[in-house]
Amino acid sequence: MLNTTSLSLDQAPPISIPFRFFLTAPLFAIAAGLQLLMFGGELFVSRWLPLTLGLTHLMTLGVLGMVMCGAMLQMLPVIAGSPVPRVVLVGTLTHVLLLLGTVLLETALVTGSAPATLAAVISLGVGFAVFIAATGVALWRTAAPSTTINGMKLAVIALAATVLMGIAAALGYSGAGRIEQLALLTDFHLGWGVLGWIGLLILSVSFQLVPMFQVTPEYPLWIRRYLPNSLFIGIVVWLLFQLGFIQSEWVDLSATLVLGLVVSGYLLFSLNTLRLQYQRKRRVPDVTLLFWRLGMAMLGCCALLWVSGKLFPPIGNSRYFSILLGIGLLQGVALSIVNGMLYKIVPFLCWFHLQNRQLALMCMTVRMPHMKEFVSDKSAQRQFHLHLTGLVFAAVAAVIPNWFSRPAAALFIVSNSMLLFNLLVAVRKYRSTLKLLLPTMPGTVSGSSTTA
Amino acid sequence: MPAISTTMSADHRRCDEIFSAAEALVSAGDWSAGGDRFIAFRDAMLNHFSMEEEKLFPAFEQHLGHTMGPTQVMRMEHNQMKQLFSEMQQAVKARDDAQYLGLSETLMMIMQQHNMKEEQMLYPMMDQTLGQKGGEMARQIEAH
Repeated sequence: MLNTTSLSLDQAPPISIPFRFFLTAPLFAIAAGLQLLMFGGELFVSRWLPLTLGLTHLMTLGVLGMVMCGAMLQMLPVIAGSPVPRVVLVGTLTHVLLLLGTVLLETALVTGSAPATLAAVISLGVGFAVFIAATGVALWRTAAPSTTINGMKLAVIALAATVLMGIAAALGYSGAGRIEQLALLTDFHLGWGVLGWIGLLILSVSFQLVPMFQVTPEYPLWIRRYLPNSLFIGIVVWLLFQLGFIQSEWVDLSATLVLGLVVSGYLLFSLNTLRLQYQRKRRVPDVTLLFWRLGMAMLGCCALLWVSGKLFPPIGNSRYFSILLGIGLLQGVALSIVNGMLYKIVPFLCWFHLQNRQLALMCMTVRMPHMKEFVSDKSAQRQFHLHLTGLVFAAVAAVIPNWFSRPAAALFIVSNSMLLFNLLVAVRKYRSTLKLLLPTMPGTVSGSSTTA
Repeated sequence: MPAISTTMSADHRRCDEIFSAAEALVSAGDWSAGGDRFIAFRDAMLNHFSMEEEKLFPAFEQHLGHTMGPTQVMRMEHNQMKQLFSEMQQAVKARDDAQYLGLSETLMMIMQQHNMKEEQMLYPMMDQTLGQKGGEMARQIEAH
């Protein structure tokens, strides 16, 4: 039964909440690029090197995690019709603790300091706990269940599992706790983070956003209804197989087969998304669509790479296999989609909050800039090409690290600096328009509830 | 009997298609056909708004016992969209494609997040609370 009293269709969080997440992300991306620029090809020798783990976490926590958390706090009221409780407090705490925790974890991995590890674990643990609890409340008490909400719930559960496994692994590596089978635990952490949290969130949000914004047909009902659940069950079964006490050939094979099914599920999703986008009714050039298509194409490539690695041991056992897969999934799939989404969310929120303010003040003499005046198509497209070139260089660098890792790092830094610049231009335009709206009340312009 | 959610959601899709057609024509520089499609789109949207504001919302508000809350937010967003329609019309008149396409992008965003809230929350709730009466209204809207 739908409960009318819990329905809120208002845009919940003040603009400063999502924006602090969105503006922090490119900074961590630039930091990751600088790290690669400094250490070069060394970082691509093995995924297990502390510096490589540091780089990975700058990407997953500092860049992807930042944007995904900020976007979820922003989107839940629209998608679920149930606002995140105490969103300002939750947003502030999550942001500060994620930021601090990412810096601490990087420090811990670079220096090997046990106190830094402990501090990182506490900071990230509490930060994610606050986020998971608050978004969990919003998701589970929604009055409007949908396939997207279902997928988001599974993604949040997977996030919780990823965080717990990450904490255990960090304590194990720092020597603070005795953990059996650290390598396997790390694989679980990685698998649940990528195939659970990141993958399921992208999947469920796509069900909603791809048809609406590109005016495409809906995803087939059976995909929406069964794919997220099947993928989630897949990673649970994979975990259970791997946790089995019998270590025989058969268990390993079954676990690989289950993982193969999960990977095929994602391949199915990417092919369907590309098919729907091909059938879109909205035909105008759109930079977010370019990012999205790149992400989906890369998802297909990564699935094929994984399958060929399993079928042909020379590929699977090669030095570059896991590095290439990591670059493909994080930079190719997740970052492409996140970067593309920022170009829709940021200008829209600028416009939305300003126009709301304008209507409330009835100050109709000020002309509202439209979305493309906040972020111009030209500069967004230029950044897309930098992102794409950087991705190609990074993929080549995985195979030939000595020659290509530094150019790949430089391109990554330039691309993300340009992203940051584009976002800051939007924020500056937001602020200057807000000032025009409130000429007589300059004190309110800097109010934390309205400015980014 | 049709449901409010199916009838009104189908009308959203119809508006989306006219919107996309107008945008594509303007983007291709065909102002005369594009301008006509824009007017058709705007009229379809205004018709949709008035069905909501004059028929559906009052019936739902009567059931709730107040006019604040979800329908109030929807009305406010209708006003935001109406303001964009008038700016878009000026862009059509001035044949300013950069301005039109920037506005249409903005409109698309507000329109879709607005539709999402209606289709997933408001309409199902109306179907549930208005029952028979809601079905009858949906039938009248469809006939219209």
